Amino acid sequence: MEHSSLAGRIFRGVALSLILIFFMFPIVWIFLMSFQSNDQILRIPPRILFEPTLANYEALISGQLRTAAGNLQISFMRNLFNSVVLSSAAVLLALLLGVPAAYAFARFKFRLGETIAFTLLSFRFAPPLLVLLPLSLYYQELGLNDTYFGIVWVYQLIALPLILWIVRGYFEDISPDIEHAYRLAGHSWREAFTRIAVPLAGPGIAAAGLLSFIFCWNNFVFALILASADKQPVTVGALAFVTASGIQYGQIAAAIVLSVTPTLLLALYAQRYLVEGLSLGAVKG
Amino acid sequence: MDMLELRGIDKVYRSRGKPPVHAVRALDMAVEKGEIVALLGSSGCGKTSTLRMIAGFEDVSAGLIALGGRHIHALPPARRKVAMAFEGYSLYPPLTVRENIAFALKSTQLSRNEVTRRVDEIARLVEIEDILDSYPRAISGGQQQRVSLARALVRDADLYLLDEPMGQLEPQLRAVLRGRIKSLLAERGMTAIFVTHDQTEASALADRIAVMEGGVLQQFASEKELKGRPANLFVASFIGEPPMNLLDADVTRSDGGYRLSVGTDMRFDIDGAGLDGEAAKALASTPQVRIGIRPQKIAVGTGDVRVKVVSNQWLGDQSHVAGDCGGRMLIAVMPGRVAARPGDSVPFALEPRHLHIFGRDGSCIRHAEVS
Repeated sequence: MEHSSLAGRIFRGVALSLILIFFMFPIVWIFLMSFQSNDQILRIPPRILFEPTLANYEALISGQLRTAAGNLQISFMRNLFNSVVLSSAAVLLALLLGVPAAYAFARFKFRLGETIAFTLLSFRFAPPLLVLLPLSLYYQELGLNDTYFGIVWVYQLIALPLILWIVRGYFEDISPDIEHAYRLAGHSWREAFTRIAVPLAGPGIAAAGLLSFIFCWNNFVFALILASADKQPVTVGALAFVTASGIQYGQIAAAIVLSVTPTLLLALYAQRYLVEGLSLGAVKG
Repeated sequence: MDMLELRGIDKVYRSRGKPPVHAVRALDMAVEKGEIVALLGSSGCGKTSTLRMIAGFEDVSAGLIALGGRHIHALPPARRKVAMAFEGYSLYPPLTVRENIAFALKSTQLSRNEVTRRVDEIARLVEIEDILDSYPRAISGGQQQRVSLARALVRDADLYLLDEPMGQLEPQLRAVLRGRIKSLLAERGMTAIFVTHDQTEASALADRIAVMEGGVLQQFASEKELKGRPANLFVASFIGEPPMNLLDADVTRSDGGYRLSVGTDMRFDIDGAGLDGEAAKALASTPQVRIGIRPQKIAVGTGDVRVKVVSNQWLGDQSHVAGDCGGRMLIAVMPGRVAARPGDSVPFALEPRHLHIFGRDGSCIRHAEVS
């Protein structure tokens, strides 16, 4: 970077700013919208300067949506809580199942190993709508419809392949001889797995967990079909703002801001793990 | 008593869609207590597979391994009581060098003072005292290798396995460490097997050398015996620097013995009285043999074999003279400088008593007389 000319630096700065503005604009706009009333939002031309109002957030948090047609009950906070519970539980379960499985796929060659790993990955190829109808029929019969467990289970279709394939790569990057050395010193392979392999793949596991958390959080169709109102996450809950008397843009924006915040904070916090995770190759051997 | 016994060891790697690879075949080997053994061979000869089977990271496909009288080939690595230094060092990245070495002692019930004392002692031996508080990532390959070596040697084990233990070290340090490690092993009566492809290292460190090729143990003997009495053509050509000169020769009977002729340029008369029965029978039944002579046994400037000099190199303590004799290349090593320029015609002296004779299947018919 030291060798670049002044013009080069200016150009780079301008280009980066443009890219940043382009990608950040929708988020910034939504953030601004969340502090405006519906009338202010729909004004033409739109204005950057306005008198901010907290009414949207108030409505979301109190659960009372005042519209022209009267008061409406919304359960946004409940949806937010559902999102947190469902996504966390799904990622936790996927880590418990996926990390040992990833280790097995990375370290051991066994019959049908590659086939099983690929089948798990192929869950990500199939459009979810394809499996939804049979799934919902089965769920009704099993009594899993509209249960937290049922949704956490179906979220494994999203989280498990992701964790399995990302973490597998990290395990493969660790020289097996590091574990061998540990085992020769008098430890079982189970200890080598928990004390050597998992800590060394830690950044990778964190990155995979975070990614699958975001994917679970953003899921829409599974919860739409398989859960009723009190189990629905925010993605589905946002539909409530499309009311008979109009679309509540302000509340939608506030809802988006609130639902983006947890994942955004998580991503910011875990950023260093992500970076560390991506540079894992450097600690080889 | 034999400390380690390998009996009928086979290793076959099978992977789907590929033909199975027979890495080690019918390996028999017995290592005495306190002995240092080198597994020597080119890459892919099965030496590392053998080491890993002893450590327990590879299953044996057939055969048994006994260590100190215990059958260990079915035990998990943790219960075999062997220590190993890995070719890829395999240090634990989150631990410092000191912790890495001390880690190997964790499962023992040693006091903290004792652990520190041992770590310091072994660190001094391999010259890593000044990096004990560094992390593996921050030190060089050669230093990592010494840490890995220290981690293996610090343990109390029945057997020490060292995979290319000094491959990354500078020549000077390597020579120093070889001496120190050899005396450490001898002093404590430690039994060790190390893998190397470096003959100098094998002969400097090992009491006996196991030469492997194509998964087969070719010969297991001292360096002197490998050089003087190679079991077959492979060992003869593999051991020694520069390699043995090898020539095809026709066998004809002559009065009281055999005449070996290499084209029309060289003729050697072997006295039948000096041959044992087996050798005489073998020579009588084959029209062609391969003969070998060490470059050190060829004298330049005398003799009746005329060669055209191709190169003459002075290495500071010896001369390597390469000569062409009827399309065959002969290398001679002389202790002093030799006054010969490329293109000159000089005589080489090859004496029949220095000849190794091999059958066409590579087996040895007669060794050179030890001079």
